Amino acid sequence: MGDSISLVLFSGTDDKLNAAAVLAAGAAAMGRKVHVFLQYWALDAFRSDRILKDHGVAPEAGPEGAAAFQRHGGQHWSEILRQAKDIGDVEIQACSLSMDMFGLEVADLDPLVDGQEGVAAFFLHAGGPVTFI
Amino acid sequence: MTMLNIARSIDARGMPCPGPLMSLIGAIREGQVGDVIEVLSSDAGSRTDIPAWLEKAGHELLEVVEEDGFTRFDVRKAR
Repeated sequence: MGDSISLVLFSGTDDKLNAAAVLAAGAAAMGRKVHVFLQYWALDAFRSDRILKDHGVAPEAGPEGAAAFQRHGGQHWSEILRQAKDIGDVEIQACSLSMDMFGLEVADLDPLVDGQEGVAAFFLHAGGPVTFI
Repeated sequence: MTMLNIARSIDARGMPCPGPLMSLIGAIREGQVGDVIEVLSSDAGSRTDIPAWLEKAGHELLEVVEEDGFTRFDVRKAR
């Protein structure tokens, strides 16, 4: 597990999810195992009926930052994550607490999500430094 | 300079990071050992990321050429 990283995604805005997807893709390309744990608003953004909707950007973006992000374009973060899973070892788990809070089942989530687990189970599998986004 | 026999050319210009690298990885996986793949990228990250990935994955970087507004990478699938 030495060469793995863990990304805990909390925020559900498209800019933060895009940044996380890029990190996951880069790590996967370089041969690292990537563990992703979805909490709160990030989990909400992975609902299959909402994943492609506009999730906005973080407040610190401001109007200028939001416009720059829109202009930059590129692939949707869900597509970058799909590629990351395709080229490497990327496991995406939903946090059970957040699933309960929103009343969700794994079937409500995009197929990118491999399953759901509690935080202790996540740390049993996850290795390396944790990045909280 | 010898002319390279390009098996596949990927025009990833305009694609932001990590798009060009992802496209190259896909092409390497689909290609045959010995194939030369050309990638055109206007993403500044490619200049560091493509060589880094090639070194890690064990493929050969034949040439990096700065063109007008983009970079061309010629790569050989080595294994």
